Amino acid sequence: MKKNSKAPAASGDHHFQLRLYVAGQTPRSLAALSNLRRICATHLDRRYRIEVIDLIKNPQLAQGDQILAIPTLVRNLPKPIRKIIGDLSDTERVLVGLDLRDLQARTAGA
Amino acid sequence: MAHRNTSAHHGIPALEKAATGITGLDQISGGGLPRGRTTIVCGGPGCGKTMLGLEFLVRGAIEFNEPGVLVAFEETPEEMARNVASLGFDLRDLADRKKLYLDYVYVERSEIQETGEYDLEGLFIRLQHAVDQVGAKRVMLDTLEALFSGFSNPGILRAEIRRLFRWLKEKGLTTIVTAEKGEGTLTRHGLEEYVSDCVILLDHRITEQISTRRMRIVKYRGTKHGADEYPFLIDEHGMSVLPVTSMELQHKVSNQRVPTGIADLDDMLERKGYFRGSSILISGAAGSGKTILAATFAEAACRRGERCLYIGFEESMNQIARNMKAIGINFESWVKKGLLVHRAWRPTQYGVEMHLLRIHKLIEKFKPDNIIIDPITNLITASTEKDVHSMLMRLMDFLKENAVTSLFTSLSNVGEIAESEVGISSLIDSWISLRYAEIFGKRHRGLFVLKSRGMAHSTQLREMIITSKGIKLGPADALLAYRDRERDPQPDIDSASVTEKVRTKSVRHGSSSKIRSARGAR
Repeated sequence: MKKNSKAPAASGDHHFQLRLYVAGQTPRSLAALSNLRRICATHLDRRYRIEVIDLIKNPQLAQGDQILAIPTLVRNLPKPIRKIIGDLSDTERVLVGLDLRDLQARTAGA
Repeated sequence: MAHRNTSAHHGIPALEKAATGITGLDQISGGGLPRGRTTIVCGGPGCGKTMLGLEFLVRGAIEFNEPGVLVAFEETPEEMARNVASLGFDLRDLADRKKLYLDYVYVERSEIQETGEYDLEGLFIRLQHAVDQVGAKRVMLDTLEALFSGFSNPGILRAEIRRLFRWLKEKGLTTIVTAEKGEGTLTRHGLEEYVSDCVILLDHRITEQISTRRMRIVKYRGTKHGADEYPFLIDEHGMSVLPVTSMELQHKVSNQRVPTGIADLDDMLERKGYFRGSSILISGAAGSGKTILAATFAEAACRRGERCLYIGFEESMNQIARNMKAIGINFESWVKKGLLVHRAWRPTQYGVEMHLLRIHKLIEKFKPDNIIIDPITNLITASTEKDVHSMLMRLMDFLKENAVTSLFTSLSNVGEIAESEVGISSLIDSWISLRYAEIFGKRHRGLFVLKSRGMAHSTQLREMIITSKGIKLGPADALLAYRDRERDPQPDIDSASVTEKVRTKSVRHGSSSKIRSARGAR
């Protein structure tokens, strides 16, 4: 029932493409990744893909997505592009940043 | 380390400098910016911060073989490349040749959600990557403060900026960081607190509709630097700063003489003419023949194969050339031979500093033996008398330093010596005064040498006759006949300056009344 109510709002094939930029295996980066995995598992079911980019290994990739802060989570899809910086410890803010807040509220209300 | 420049007394290595290649800036900063350190260039919008930084990078890459990195926060590299194309800088070409790396950093807070702890390691990684790409020695961050509008956590930001400056220093990168001027502070976000090596303040002010750009080195740790405000100019060749402080009065003095172009006038000046490298003033009322006298001097110089720079504030090149043909002077032929350069512009076009800077640049480019400024009085319309006086003083110092003989014309009212002339009289070595005398209902032009330092000049008033073949001076007594109540004292080199003062007085109170009385007697 819940899944059905989500489907129309998500406009068809609703896939989240997420890219997490980190710089080496720092505690903060690791925290961000585990926070992200938890949030996605809870709120996005299986409709997402996470790509982790380590800028220490691929510094040239920082320019394309205009990365300054580390860690930065970029939502490439669905459009428009969204950026969330920090260790993603504040779940509420992450949901707002990913534009999942409204969805969440509606689901909770239903 | 032991082989570096060491200051004589302490054996501590002197601060190494990275030359900017910007005309004048290296001079006032004692050789350039502190090498391997960060310099803050601050000022209001449109003051030329970005231009300074870019020229520092471009000249570094081209002239000093020091590749650079430009991190632009506010303009895309395309926009920047376009902006400086007019200065002859080709950023794209430099980038293609791996002499410059351009990175555009875009921060838009509305697109960013902050959640939890972060740092700006991404910026460091980008910088390092950029530096590695070209082997950069120089960096420009324009404008780093854009970060403040991109991130909401000032605590993190400040810590990261501090870390960035430290990082740049550790990497030995000579860096320019531009910053907007704040209210009552040098930079809006207090960046100067992080960098204490060198701070340069730029200023663009408009006084009476004339804009002047100025630069001041607010701080330069470990270096003696000029503390004044220095005017600067941005033109098609980039930036040039004009060191204001006049040099010490030590210029070489020449005993060589320069003919005036008028045999009779040479005769009045010990039969030899002016001193080379001296300053000459020709003053007189409208139509008294100042420009003709100046042009005659210019022509004579060209005839001797000397180079002459003619700056007109009143008449265009074509107009002067046409008028001078009437007395047998062909300016065009000298221009063609490359001996004469004529430039004319409106005195109100720039502030005095800009005039000075422009003249400097012309002199440096053309390297004239002689310069004519016709007339200097027009400059006063462009500024206050005090400014003009100080500008002329600096100009004359510069000219003497370069042994350029300078001739100025000055417009004065009939029978009077203009205030402006009194002001500059101390700067003038030889002063020729032109005046009118009305005799038999006809106007005659009179000429006399008001002063001429270091020579036994004639003190007679001579009639100046303008013919189609040039200027002649009438017999000494033609005009004097009407005013021989008192004899002129014999010329005396030692008392030249005294004579000058006496003469100035007599001109004011004596001669004009004498001429009047001569008129009345008829």
